[in-house]
Amino acid sequence: MIIDEMEKKLRPPEIALKPYPAKMITLANGEVMVVREVHRNEAAVLLETISPLIGVKKDFYDIVAARMYAEVLGWHLYRVANEFVLVGAINGEIVGLVTSRCVDENIGMSLHTLTVKRGLRIGAQLFAAKMEHHLELLEQKEVWIVAESPNGFKRFLIEYELDSAEDRYPGVQHELGGVPTCILTRTLYDAVREQKVTGTRPVPAEILGTADVLKAPGEYPQIPGYKRSRK
Amino acid sequence: MRKAAIVGIGHTVFGNLSDYDLVDVMSFASTNALDDAGIRENRKIIDQVLVANMGGGIINHQTGIASSLVSRIDLEPAMAELVENGPASGASAVKLGYSLIASGMADVVMVTGGELMRAVTGWVATDFVATLLHPEAEYNYGITLPGFGGIFTRMYMERYGLTEEELSLVAVKDHENGSKNPWAHVETICTIEGICNSPDAKVVNNMVADPLRMYHMCPVSDGAATVILCALDSPKMKYFKEKEPILLNGIGSATDTHCLHHRKDPLELTAVRLSAERAYKMAGLKPEDISFAELHDAFIILELAISEEVGFFKRGKAREAIVKGITRINGSLPINTSGGLKAKGHPLGATGVSQIYELVKQLRGEAEKGRQVKNPKHGLSVNFGGFGNNVVTTICSKE
Repeated sequence: MIIDEMEKKLRPPEIALKPYPAKMITLANGEVMVVREVHRNEAAVLLETISPLIGVKKDFYDIVAARMYAEVLGWHLYRVANEFVLVGAINGEIVGLVTSRCVDENIGMSLHTLTVKRGLRIGAQLFAAKMEHHLELLEQKEVWIVAESPNGFKRFLIEYELDSAEDRYPGVQHELGGVPTCILTRTLYDAVREQKVTGTRPVPAEILGTADVLKAPGEYPQIPGYKRSRK
Repeated sequence: MRKAAIVGIGHTVFGNLSDYDLVDVMSFASTNALDDAGIRENRKIIDQVLVANMGGGIINHQTGIASSLVSRIDLEPAMAELVENGPASGASAVKLGYSLIASGMADVVMVTGGELMRAVTGWVATDFVATLLHPEAEYNYGITLPGFGGIFTRMYMERYGLTEEELSLVAVKDHENGSKNPWAHVETICTIEGICNSPDAKVVNNMVADPLRMYHMCPVSDGAATVILCALDSPKMKYFKEKEPILLNGIGSATDTHCLHHRKDPLELTAVRLSAERAYKMAGLKPEDISFAELHDAFIILELAISEEVGFFKRGKAREAIVKGITRINGSLPINTSGGLKAKGHPLGATGVSQIYELVKQLRGEAEKGRQVKNPKHGLSVNFGGFGNNVVTTICSKE
């Protein structure tokens, strides 16, 4: 894209983020999920993955998918600063994704976690990978987190035993709308890391290669009868 | 004593049904059973409704559930009562339903068990279930059912040499069966590599109550199941022409000490053994006559321990059976063909009824492809209340 002067003014200033090195996780059913960072030129397949879920009310998929669609589009069009997206893929098919961004060098702002394939704790692994990126690879001091669904509340806010942001920063609100905000500090992360974060690096080339070209899911357990027509 | 047959069965999917209220969910299973029995139009022939539920008053803020169900599905003026016996409420309700028939107080009894547990967090659900423990000697010290499951498993491992991999084979088997059961809460399979041996297994299959990991325990589920019983000598049997009646051949229950530490040997599940002996005696059968079984594996160690107490295997030998595949669907004694509590789910009040639903389904030859037992004649279920302090064993047979 040719960036004219107006476009330059529209784009936020960016911090150069270190890349997230891919890893692989063997799931309970024996399938291997590759977790890797997505590049901006892959945004289309992410949007394709997310969009059918915008109509799913159950388990608050609608609000999570709608917000995530905007986050991925905003990232693709350079309208969100310092954002990154990680995906989980099995044989190249996207089974879940997470969005997040850095407010500055010290503070991470967790956005959303969306799981397509359910029952294998894929969302939990991807959320953990997001925290791993913020606190280990980007070496940030803390991550701000909110939950917009009971599942997110149970999986992340309770299981990680997060601190309340209100105690530390009275009146300061998370970007997602000021719902009660929690903080994952390095101390809290270190306390649960062994139980939450896993994965093997480097990923052997033949396995990493399966996730080179990402595919949107053909079916969604959340949408009975849905079949994606493959071009 | 009069004999009774199961003439209709109904079920809902187990899982997260939090879009519905408790009586809605029970209505779905009940009407499913009315249809199965072919008496939707003639449903007023039902004399008695028994509802099995443990937590309606505590976690759903709903009482008078039996009356509510009768009204919801237009069964007035049938008699209606609630049966609460912890996680064994379901089979207890069937036992009481049978007693009403045997005594002549009723000819046709509908038993519906149901629970909505996902209305609360897993922590609250665990706390609610723990209310069945001794309030001063156990609950007040923070003991929970998963905690007892962990202690029991550790003791069993130490005494009989059971390994984590052998224990995990129970989960692999149950998930395989559950993946073929359309009602099951958990639809995915699991593998030994995935839950036990891979470098990621300790996180993917996280520790819950040492040595029990997530895949060694049942999920917290919503759901309901129904069976309809009819006295074999009743003229009302004429209404049940569509499906083969399955004989409720034996049913027995027994109790053990409320506090686990009062038992001489905590690994001996005396109430399981006694309830099974009573059911065998009533049916005139022995353990070797049983074709398949549904055993209460809220923690998968219980599948092994219960299978020994009911006489299928000697103490400490169930581990060999799981390793050899004897309890798999194509083995000589399939156990938990439905997926068990482990994969099908465990909505407390529904569980015992759901186990009997599975016995009937298998005996009719109606189980889904890949999980139908070959030519079964007698099925046995064990519904385990408390931590083995109130247990019901049921035997169903082809007539």
